[in-house]
Amino acid sequence: MAIKAKAENLNFFYGGHQALFDNNLEVEANRITAVIGPSGCGKSTHLRIYNRIFELYRDQRAEGRLMIDGVNVLDSGVDVLELRRKVGMIFQKPTPFPMSVFDNVAYPLKLHYKLKGGELNDRVEAALRGASLWEEVRDKLKSGGLALSGGQQQRLCIARAIAAEPEILLMDEPTSAIDPVATLKIEELMLELKSRFTIVIVTHNMQQAARISDFTAFFYKGRIIESGPTGTIFTAPSNPKTEEYITGRFG
Amino acid sequence: MKHSFGDCLFKWGCLFCAAMALLLLFGFFAQLTAGSAEAWRRFGFGFLVSSAWDPVAGKFGALPAVTGTLLTTAIALIAALPLAFAAAMYLTDAPRPIALVLGHAVDLLAAIPSVIYGMWGLFVLVPLMQDHVQPFLVERLGLCGLPFVNRDFNGFGIFTAGIILAVMILPYICAVMRDVFVMTPPVLRESAFGVGCTRWEVARDIVLGYGMRGVMGGVFIGLGRALGETMAVLFVIGNVMKMPDGIFSGSTTIAATLANNFPEADGLQKSALFALGLILLCMSFGIQSLSQYCLRADAVRRGSR
Repeated sequence: MAIKAKAENLNFFYGGHQALFDNNLEVEANRITAVIGPSGCGKSTHLRIYNRIFELYRDQRAEGRLMIDGVNVLDSGVDVLELRRKVGMIFQKPTPFPMSVFDNVAYPLKLHYKLKGGELNDRVEAALRGASLWEEVRDKLKSGGLALSGGQQQRLCIARAIAAEPEILLMDEPTSAIDPVATLKIEELMLELKSRFTIVIVTHNMQQAARISDFTAFFYKGRIIESGPTGTIFTAPSNPKTEEYITGRFG
Repeated sequence: MKHSFGDCLFKWGCLFCAAMALLLLFGFFAQLTAGSAEAWRRFGFGFLVSSAWDPVAGKFGALPAVTGTLLTTAIALIAALPLAFAAAMYLTDAPRPIALVLGHAVDLLAAIPSVIYGMWGLFVLVPLMQDHVQPFLVERLGLCGLPFVNRDFNGFGIFTAGIILAVMILPYICAVMRDVFVMTPPVLRESAFGVGCTRWEVARDIVLGYGMRGVMGGVFIGLGRALGETMAVLFVIGNVMKMPDGIFSGSTTIAATLANNFPEADGLQKSALFALGLILLCMSFGIQSLSQYCLRADAVRRGSR
């Protein structure tokens, strides 16, 4: 199985405070890797290194190596804009841009591929179909992204992310602000999407991790305690800490 | 529970103070309307489009002053907007100490008395305009082909007044823009950067789009300030009561005309000045209402998120 991304001895600092310690993780291509663990254990922090979004904040700093397709993306020579095209991100709260449904999806296409006209329309439709949203919004492409329901907004963000033809999708608790029915839709969507993308999802919901992921990494206090195939982690964890968390004794 | 007499008095006292604002507003409108009645009766709406100002012949028109007011204001806005936008953008994102120092400096621009701006304009800006800026714009850049650009290099005039006004309204626009930009949810910015935007693209498409109505509110606040500014303009506008040939011509604004002419005006001229005052009040009132509307619409939208 191909390794898409690999964290090697990743350490992360918020100013003087160290949040991640020697993270080592392999992310397989076209699989869903779930990142689980109690609140504040560094799950999101870990994820935010993959597209270097943490760099927006002056006091945040990552050390170590994060290889994507064999290239250390933390190297200063890496084109961050291209990296972020290649590594899309979905946030906890839906973040539609202040523009129409159509423009939300068209935005990255104009940005990265300078598309317009019919080709742009086709790609927007394809992305919306890819996010299982087309049927619901085909008649309101011109209305504002904020007019959609929460679950629809989140799928709009997924459509926007996949429109840029990324290779990796980072999802930071994508369903925690969304009702159960909409959550189910997004989970189904993720299972469809994994044939085209490599997905890393941070989730608080262990059932969700068990339902959809192929691999699971358990984080605790900034360290990766255990990682491996989801079935193994959930049925026969090798570390007692993992077992305690899985069985709900803390977290 | 029984209210004491003191409570009652306090309540009515407070109500009176609050109602005072409304009373004054009506008072201003009533006074200006009454004072200008004769001019309106004599000239009708022709007053608005007439460019005559001849106290001897008893002919008056508002057009030159209104034109001067609108042109200076437009120039001020065109010059101040990009500066305020860029400054607000930088200050929202700058390292803390720098943002603090520069932010206060911009705010302090608002604390400079307008007569100081006027003096600075007269002694620094006018000669600078006359000797360097106007010749450069017209002869080097060849802008004289454009409408409203004339070769009249005496330093005084609409353009110079507009530039001073730009500096004066900059802090107001910048302050409102900063407030609006700071309110952009961090996660929205992150997701914009997340699709591969540059800082400029995030600023233009996301932050500005998100805060558009707030920014419009800031623009209208600046506009309102520029419309009514008197003292600084008085120093540099040239105070010529006729239609300007172009933006480098001496001209006048409504406020400057009022300040210049009231002391020795009487009869019909006084009434015409009152009419000008009424026009100015209506303009500022409209602009101010628009800015309030924009800012409130912006706040409502944020609240609903």
